Amino acid sequence: MDILAFLTDGLLIGFVYGIAAMGLTLIWGVMNVINLSHGSIIALGMFALYFLFVSLGINPYIGVVIVAVLGLLLGMIIYAVAIHRVINAPHLSTLLATFAVNMIIIGLGTTAFSTSPRNVDFSLGSATVGPVTLLGTRVVAALASVLITAALYFFLYRTTLGKYVRAVTDNRAAAELMGIPSARVLALSFGLGTMLAAVAGGLIATFFPFTILSGGTYELKSFVICVLGGVGNPLGALFGGLILGTFEGIIPYFLPTSWVPVIEFILFVVILLVRPTGLLGAKK
Amino acid sequence: MNRSRQLVVLLLLTVLVLGLSVSAVAAQEQTVVIGFTASQTGKYNVESTRQINGLNLWLNQVNDAGGITLSDGTVVTFSTVFYDDESNTDRVQELYTRLATEDNADFLISPYSSGLTDASAIIAEQYGKIMITTGAASDSTYTKGYSLVFQTYTPASRYLTGALDLLASLDESAQRIAIVHENDKFSTDVSTALNDYALELGYEVVLFEGYDSGATDFAPFINKIQEAAPDAVLGGGHFQDGSTFARQLFEKTVTPAFVALLVAPPEPSFSELGEAALGIVGPSQWEPLAQIDASAAEAAGVDFYGPSSADFHDAYMEAFGEEPSYHAAGGYVSGLLLQKAIEDAGSIDTQAIKEQLDAMNLLTFFGRIQFDTTPEAHGLQIGHSMMYVQWQGMADALDKQIVWPPEAVTADALYPIGGE
Amino acid sequence: MSLTKLRNPGLWITVIAVLLLGLWPIVTQRASTREEIFTVLLSVVLASSLNILLGYTGYVSFGHIVFFGLGGYVGLYLIIVQGWSLWPAMAAGGLAAGLLALLLGQAILRLRGSYFALATIGINEAMRAFINNFEPFGGPTGLSLNFQTYNAYGGAANALWLIYYIVLILALFNIVLSYVVKTSKFGLGLMAIREDEDAAEVMGVITPRSKTWAYVLSAILPGVVGVLFFFKNGNIEPPQAFRLHMSIELLVMVMLGGFGTVFGPALGAVGYQRLRGLLLTSDLFKNIQLAVAGLLLLLIILFIPAGAVGWIRRRFPILRRYLP
Repeated sequence: MDILAFLTDGLLIGFVYGIAAMGLTLIWGVMNVINLSHGSIIALGMFALYFLFVSLGINPYIGVVIVAVLGLLLGMIIYAVAIHRVINAPHLSTLLATFAVNMIIIGLGTTAFSTSPRNVDFSLGSATVGPVTLLGTRVVAALASVLITAALYFFLYRTTLGKYVRAVTDNRAAAELMGIPSARVLALSFGLGTMLAAVAGGLIATFFPFTILSGGTYELKSFVICVLGGVGNPLGALFGGLILGTFEGIIPYFLPTSWVPVIEFILFVVILLVRPTGLLGAKK
Repeated sequence: MNRSRQLVVLLLLTVLVLGLSVSAVAAQEQTVVIGFTASQTGKYNVESTRQINGLNLWLNQVNDAGGITLSDGTVVTFSTVFYDDESNTDRVQELYTRLATEDNADFLISPYSSGLTDASAIIAEQYGKIMITTGAASDSTYTKGYSLVFQTYTPASRYLTGALDLLASLDESAQRIAIVHENDKFSTDVSTALNDYALELGYEVVLFEGYDSGATDFAPFINKIQEAAPDAVLGGGHFQDGSTFARQLFEKTVTPAFVALLVAPPEPSFSELGEAALGIVGPSQWEPLAQIDASAAEAAGVDFYGPSSADFHDAYMEAFGEEPSYHAAGGYVSGLLLQKAIEDAGSIDTQAIKEQLDAMNLLTFFGRIQFDTTPEAHGLQIGHSMMYVQWQGMADALDKQIVWPPEAVTADALYPIGGE
Repeated sequence: MSLTKLRNPGLWITVIAVLLLGLWPIVTQRASTREEIFTVLLSVVLASSLNILLGYTGYVSFGHIVFFGLGGYVGLYLIIVQGWSLWPAMAAGGLAAGLLALLLGQAILRLRGSYFALATIGINEAMRAFINNFEPFGGPTGLSLNFQTYNAYGGAANALWLIYYIVLILALFNIVLSYVVKTSKFGLGLMAIREDEDAAEVMGVITPRSKTWAYVLSAILPGVVGVLFFFKNGNIEPPQAFRLHMSIELLVMVMLGGFGTVFGPALGAVGYQRLRGLLLTSDLFKNIQLAVAGLLLLLIILFIPAGAVGWIRRRFPILRRYLP
């Protein structure tokens, strides 16, 4: 019976993990780039929300929208500066280019913000149902995650730009032949990926404290989720997030919590080996 | 004639030599270099910065007062050399070796954290430099056969045990305790010692688990705590996880009667948690509220040395515009102990100073200082002991009170949390 | 494998360059120089062993450090708990790392490209989390050495020099090994896999076996230097033994120098570590050293993607013979 409490906690946080992973999987799927600056962008999203809330007094959920716009712009700038030149090079180059961006963000971020923890002191109260205590901020974050996923699907499947993105994902050369401006579409896709990362960061900031280094954990989780859900599959990422969240919720019920990462990462490697397209299938 | 000429020459020579030596004494100044690494980047940035601020405050005060005069008349002033250790051990040894050899540091101060201090202590020992450690509580550093490493903090084995004494004094019927701690060297050492002490006192430890460093989601632990329904929750780790743990306990309305967490509660910024901070107990190496001064030393029958607690507090506030935390006090006192040993030894010779530190038994604003001198645990702090603070009052006007030990208490402990 | 290959001037240029670097602190007898060069040589061993897998075979490993950490743990466990001396412990550390690679290789080398890279991250993290729970290795508190242990090696000061000599020899050995592998038939098979794995298979390269042995070969020396590093360090804890960030730094070194070359990883390791060391200790940059290092890395990747040695080899084909 009390396992229910463990389960709901895991599921709610899983939605947000899903959004973070969606940003990684989108970039990976569209342009075959593993974005190693993912974690630091999540952290920047947290800080952006923090300053909007603390300095300007903006409601966090309006703040998240502003963070999204900033994230989109930042992503397009990063693409233009750091990725575009090496997009056709062996994938080690893009890995290291994004890692360099990561170092720059962390380095400047540490100088500017130090590594002292920040806290967005915002609460929507809580509701208790039987053994389960639901926190307002987490429920809203989960709902927001569903909305964002729906919006992303609308964009990808119902708009011309979205179709361009999917065309470039499927076959960049062919898309270029059809007159799709692939460089701009790639920039946009990278922007969307970082936008999702920044938004996830913003949502996480409404209930967890953070530092400029906090993104690393979510980046690792995002890798696991991408593989669970299938690389390049945004909906898969959401489900992957839910699966991971469920594991994190349930395993502690049976084992000491410190075994969670052991099981998580072994499972990750096993899925890679047994079903590398992910539980829900990769793109294509 | 010949004799008197010789005499005159002798006299002149004597005057000359005397004059020279007098002017030489007057001009005899020496700068002593203190070397350390600071975590300017990485996860220990906050604590380390405060520690270094404290040390710098001491250094400026000594230098402004004209330095220390040694027994041969030399006036010693201090300067520092430091590098960024990035909060990880990779380069600690390289940097400390550089400090000891290249920069000719005369004395070393430890980095922040037990892990980094462990790595640096070997270098200090190997190059024959005295190292005062601060911000490093693990006992194990001092059981490795070092002879020049001296600890200012109360060691991990006595870090949280007082909280159990406090609990026992508050509620004799409390039986079941849960220990949830960060999985790092320091917190694990503290919690293992706490567990042993709890069993010794006859408590039942219903939950004993560690969480990963950097954990932000405590839901699984809180659910387990809810299931185990202990009378008290103890543990924690560092600032971020500790404050998160407290916040999430509150949010999930799981409020055990007694909660004591490491490191986070004594930090002034812990009060930003508002109501979630109310009633949380934490061990502190030093508190501005505890009036430690010359009169306290008299009562204890030992010498007092350095500024009083209030003087340190005011000077720190003036210099850095923030409340000093115990990390800052630890940084200051590490310099102060060196100063005391140099004054007593009347020289800056390592061996002479080591003897002074070995013999040291005094009270400073930071508390009692005495080092273990047995070969098994040389340098371990045996004089100093923890204070336990608790956040009390109203949610929007919290203040931190000392609730243990009895001789330092500034207010009665709030128990159970959340009222009767 | 004929001895005439060892007459290649390029190999000797590399060996002599590293040897000169390694002899510098021995000549000056300055401990601080020794510490700096120790960090550099350690990176030379790690980066050029990674290069066997990454540069020759084309498999990007993000988890190379797992061998370093595991070797260190096994070695320190044997020294501290079982009372072994340093030499057999070093051998055991290398053996443990090699065995792990052998077991893993069978499984994860089937994965290609990014999937392999991710699997190596997973393995590193799983290992770190596992050791955190593994009581014989001290769990989260790790293991630490008593200062007296160094007395068996003539005291701490001597022990540090001894460790330094061993790392220097290992670095030189590793360079020769890289060269021998590169010019052997086995190495040609690896490079065929790098260029086109399916074609290599058709051409008669038994790819699973070749890849696995390349993996094992790249794992052993990190295991050995892991023992040395943590023996010198005095203690070992899970986060410092399996630091993912260090794995990525190794990739950076190989890239900087030029991957797939013998000289490149060594040069990259020296360049990267010296640069980081300089930035860390310079008054101007020490506050923003991480950002500056990142910026420099980015510029190099964008404008000299083949790495220093690769760039020179392309610009000056005549020098190829001297820069293997």
